[in-house]
Amino acid sequence: MNLVFDWAWLPQLGRGLVLTVELTAACMALGALGGLVLALLRVYARGWLSPLYALASAYVHLFRGTPLLVQLMIVHFGLPNVGIVFTPFVSGLVAMALNTAAYQAEYFRGAIQSVKAGQMMAARSVGLTRLQAIRHVIIPQALRLVIPPWSNELIYMLKYSSIVYMVGAADLMGVGRTIAAKNFRFLELFLVVAAIYLAVVLLLTLTMRWVEKRLRVPGLGTSGRGA
Amino acid sequence: MPLLRVEDLHKRYGTEEVLRGVSLTVVKGETKVVIGPSGTGKSTLLRCINRLTEPDRGRVWLGDTEVTGKGTNLNRIRSQIGFVFQDFNLFTHLTALDNVRLGPLRVKGLGKKEATERAMAELARVGLADKAGAYPAELSGGQQQRVSIARALAMDPQLILFDEPTSALDPELIGEVLGVMVKLAEEGMTMIVVTHEMGFARSVADEIVFMERGVIVEQGSPEKMFRSPEVARTGDFLRKISELYGDAA
Amino acid sequence: MTLEAWSQLWPKVPVLLQGLVVNLELLAGLLSLGLVIGVAVALVEVYAPRPFRALALAYEWFFRGVPELVLLFLFYFGPSQFGVDISAFLAAVLALGFRSSAYQSQIFRGAIQAISPGQSLAARSLGMSRLGVIRHVILPQALRLSLAGWSNEFSSVLKDTTLAYGIGVVEVMRQARYLTARNFPLALPAFIVVALMFLILTYAGNWGIGLLERRLRVPGLEARG
Repeated sequence: MNLVFDWAWLPQLGRGLVLTVELTAACMALGALGGLVLALLRVYARGWLSPLYALASAYVHLFRGTPLLVQLMIVHFGLPNVGIVFTPFVSGLVAMALNTAAYQAEYFRGAIQSVKAGQMMAARSVGLTRLQAIRHVIIPQALRLVIPPWSNELIYMLKYSSIVYMVGAADLMGVGRTIAAKNFRFLELFLVVAAIYLAVVLLLTLTMRWVEKRLRVPGLGTSGRGA
Repeated sequence: MPLLRVEDLHKRYGTEEVLRGVSLTVVKGETKVVIGPSGTGKSTLLRCINRLTEPDRGRVWLGDTEVTGKGTNLNRIRSQIGFVFQDFNLFTHLTALDNVRLGPLRVKGLGKKEATERAMAELARVGLADKAGAYPAELSGGQQQRVSIARALAMDPQLILFDEPTSALDPELIGEVLGVMVKLAEEGMTMIVVTHEMGFARSVADEIVFMERGVIVEQGSPEKMFRSPEVARTGDFLRKISELYGDAA
Repeated sequence: MTLEAWSQLWPKVPVLLQGLVVNLELLAGLLSLGLVIGVAVALVEVYAPRPFRALALAYEWFFRGVPELVLLFLFYFGPSQFGVDISAFLAAVLALGFRSSAYQSQIFRGAIQAISPGQSLAARSLGMSRLGVIRHVILPQALRLSLAGWSNEFSSVLKDTTLAYGIGVVEVMRQARYLTARNFPLALPAFIVVALMFLILTYAGNWGIGLLERRLRVPGLEARG
């Protein structure tokens, strides 16, 4: 057999890649916001706030304990049952953001808890309120500590975003599959698609390493989704 | 014929020559104690003898088998030379009994019953029969080192090499290990012991070897080495080490 | 979503469970394959000469860098272009198994490197062969030390078995889609039930691994850091 590749496929794949990148970027940003709030609730919501702690914990367990694909199916095919209808892209974004928020919450929580207890005490002793201490002392340190696991999560979500083709989004995977089916050239297309994903993963790895180095503070040492 | 013959061993790590031509012989039943400042190649010498470290040059014979020979069955040779490490190196996942039994079972190919009997006997020999079921982490340093001696004994070796066996121990635990070694020497076990324990060297050694910077400076009976060393450096070292460890003189 | 939808779904639950059994078969297959290859790759990375090590690292890099769905398609459609037909189930076991091996090898490599080198030296001094040392000294410890990391990998690949839906394996997602394609109002309850199944399996699995971990625990042998 011989491998066939048509250069005209590349611009189409490029458009798919753009959608993949947009999806990943948006879900990571939303997930970071949600994750940080969830993490703060899981670490600090005590006393009269403890129902919020319970809620945040339940959310994290629920979303980490079930497959992202099932979550996507619920959003895209399930929610219309109650009158909520999204486009494929929005369904993908909603499911991915909800999912990654739960994982990011755990990374943020780990980072917050590895900031030494003395830091909070020192901040309070200077006269900062609890909220000020969290905002100006704890979070800036935690954000730096969270970079390595967060980078892993970013790459994980980039790869996992490929599931959105299953609800009809034209991401890199979806475009590749459509071209493959039309020309009956599966091996070629998926090799190219694999190569493109690998290249982006490599680029992201290097970028995040650079970011980590840039933001490094002496003495502030550092954990990700296992797989 | 000597049991062990070492001829002109050389070993270099990068630019540093750790052994610069060491030769010695050990006869059956002899206890030879190797002393000398840290970093003078004593441990390297021991490791070169059973080739845990590969020497650059020189030859070693055990009986009439050349250890350094090309076609030598190294695993067979090693099973006949016991080795006791400074930091014990017991197998973390195995009980004391299993640590001692592993060699007889997997290297000598004894049956389970026989290996167990052998291992229990060796544990009794070092006074630890009651600790057979304990894991290394549940034993004191002294007990761990005695298990590691039992592990070496269970192979029924022709000689045992001790590499600073008490250096990693708290002072109060040194005695129990030296006690076992004294008993072995009395029973006629052939041993080479690298140590800073001058009391042991004086009372147990048949011969003391003083090494410095990769060569043997002087060797002789404890009597001669402590009373009238021929080389000034030997006397200096012995005085200093005795002050440090508060023994001998 | 009405009560009626739930009552319609109830008699269909056995069909979903049938699908779930396929996920579990997939899981068993891919974890075993991943375990065997993962251990081998880790051993190569630690003990083999440099060129082999580089090869093993490249293998790891490829299978970790490519999305699972792309791997599934490569393994399912790739061979057919060479005239080899492969079942969707087998393709899924292979694709997900190789991928898992790339993650598992990292876990094992870390565990192997956490064992003090003195123990290998001691075993060698008893006259044990290199393979004997790996078998009797290194692996029993490394496998225990790996359990914590392995439990993460288990949770992760359990959920990933649903991706086999993409190449047409008739597992639980596919069964749920069949149900809901014929009866649209069933979608929400059906997928919620599937989610619950995975939630239960995830926690049951991790509980089981935790139990195993406690049973195999040896004093002084714990994963550090």
